[in-house]
Amino acid sequence: MLKEGQVRIPSGCAIAAIMDKQAKPFSGSEIIKSIALMRDRSNGLGGGFAAYGIYPEYKECFALHIFYDNNQAKTLAEEFLNNHFDIKMCGVIPTKPTAGIKNSPKIWRYFALPNKIRLNSSGKNEDEYTARCVIRINSSIPGAYVFSSGKNMGAFKAVGFPEEVGEFYMLDEYKAYLWTAHGRFPTNTPGWWGGAHPFTLLNWSIVHNGEISSYDANRRYVEMFGYKCNLQTDTEVITYLFDLLVRKQGLSLETAAKVLTAPDWDIIDAMEQEEKEKYTALRATYSGALINGPFSIILGFDGGLVALNDRLKLRALMAAEDKEKIYFASEESAIRVVCPNPDTLWSVEGGTPVVAKVRG
Amino acid sequence: MIISANSKHYQNLNEDLRKAYAKHKKVTIKDVNGQRYIGCGLKGDYNLDIFGTPGNDLAAYMDGPVVRVSGNVQDAAGNTMGSGEITVCGSAGDAPGYAMRGGTMYIKSNVGYRCGIHMKEYKNSRPAIVIGGCAGSFLGEYMAGGIIIILGLDKPRDAEIAGYRFATGMHGGVIYLRGGIPKARISNEVMALACDEDDKKIISQYIDGYCSRFNYDRKDILNEEFVKIIPRSKRPYANMYAYV
Repeated sequence: MLKEGQVRIPSGCAIAAIMDKQAKPFSGSEIIKSIALMRDRSNGLGGGFAAYGIYPEYKECFALHIFYDNNQAKTLAEEFLNNHFDIKMCGVIPTKPTAGIKNSPKIWRYFALPNKIRLNSSGKNEDEYTARCVIRINSSIPGAYVFSSGKNMGAFKAVGFPEEVGEFYMLDEYKAYLWTAHGRFPTNTPGWWGGAHPFTLLNWSIVHNGEISSYDANRRYVEMFGYKCNLQTDTEVITYLFDLLVRKQGLSLETAAKVLTAPDWDIIDAMEQEEKEKYTALRATYSGALINGPFSIILGFDGGLVALNDRLKLRALMAAEDKEKIYFASEESAIRVVCPNPDTLWSVEGGTPVVAKVRG
Repeated sequence: MIISANSKHYQNLNEDLRKAYAKHKKVTIKDVNGQRYIGCGLKGDYNLDIFGTPGNDLAAYMDGPVVRVSGNVQDAAGNTMGSGEITVCGSAGDAPGYAMRGGTMYIKSNVGYRCGIHMKEYKNSRPAIVIGGCAGSFLGEYMAGGIIIILGLDKPRDAEIAGYRFATGMHGGVIYLRGGIPKARISNEVMALACDEDDKKIISQYIDGYCSRFNYDRKDILNEEFVKIIPRSKRPYANMYAYV
């Protein structure tokens, strides 16, 4: 069976997110209801969720979620993990038999702290150390895929419709202050578990509707900084771009979003001098990070999210606020199904990030 | 006849709708939320009242019916419609009136990106879209015929009546703008002119239609000048890929 990257996949997809601005945790049943309304945008070949604030009892540990295709992959990965981390707790991620979810890999979860001696001798901070370990497992242990590696957050994904994926992982039993969701419509290839969204690294998670025509240029760019795109789907590279620009290079989320969706040159030309110099410098410095093609994405991170559309706005994305909650979805109806009369409702504009953060 | 859409899949809802029209001329659908293709391909002198948020491609390829939506509509409402009318008592998502070939759309508030993309006209069939609020970018993109009237009512003081790349690739039809728009937002393919008497007649007719549907006073709309936007050429990209 050919996996993605070996064949081309234009995709349709649906995305959604709900966040409580006071960081009050709420059950996953709400986001499941929202993404389920857009079932016709997916075709059952991938669904997934990212949830922030779900592991308060292990919030100091990196929560590694790993798919294993076979026992050998598990043996090798655990040997690597035991060498590089202190595992505080581990086990199978609880799932329940669900119609529509088949051929599940083994799905394990590890709450891990970097091994102190190795961390010190590496000269890296613990984020960088862990990110490198994740990349190492994903690129060197066949059949092992770390699909979530943040703290006090987790990604849950599978081949199936998103509402089935939510049922499979029993997400109604988890409580998070921020949920993002994805329903997938890959059209030219068998979907596979690792290729479902969200794509994550450390606390970053991305759900994405669309297609990145600049994928190879972006991939070559991030690979110069040590990332490896081994899940072979275009979305993965967006996660690494944000990690590179924000975590490693210290750009603000807004500026990073503007690097990915840089204004057209004629619009830059019409700016005031100071703005013009800034955007000219950004485009010149980060030409490899410019994303072309139609997309709407929601980036989740520790304490908030960014919603972003491509510059030409070739994908729909609606937003709404109601009291302490903020909602995003590919369709207005997917917001109204969980929040019938929001205080405000608007359409996210092309190339204009909406950044929402919890208070405090 | 009243149908409750309550969580029905769009296929079942449209089936119910077709059955209802076998016996009735007027149908109301309540509790609509996200069902696509409502009234798709419907032909005849029917009336359809919708309460809620209909899904994408509302009344696509419709020919004749009069549709009224109490709520917002999602993307591509009136996609390729041939004749009839859609009244939206709220806002529209992206690409309302996509490739519309006839009939009229009245939208009370705002529209998203690409309203009226590739509308066209033929002989007596001249589609029209009246937008009460403001428009997103690419209004009238590749427009080949028909009329778009944009009023900018309740426009925030610091906002413009339409987004960027206004009328990109426009090569037919006309857009009437209440007030003005910065030149930088308008594509090179079009020019702005003052309205003549014939234009004013057309505008007046559609303003009356808008006012009667949404209870506005025409005096409050005709208190500003309208600007007329028409294409410079019928083939703006004739030389785009040719050596000249």
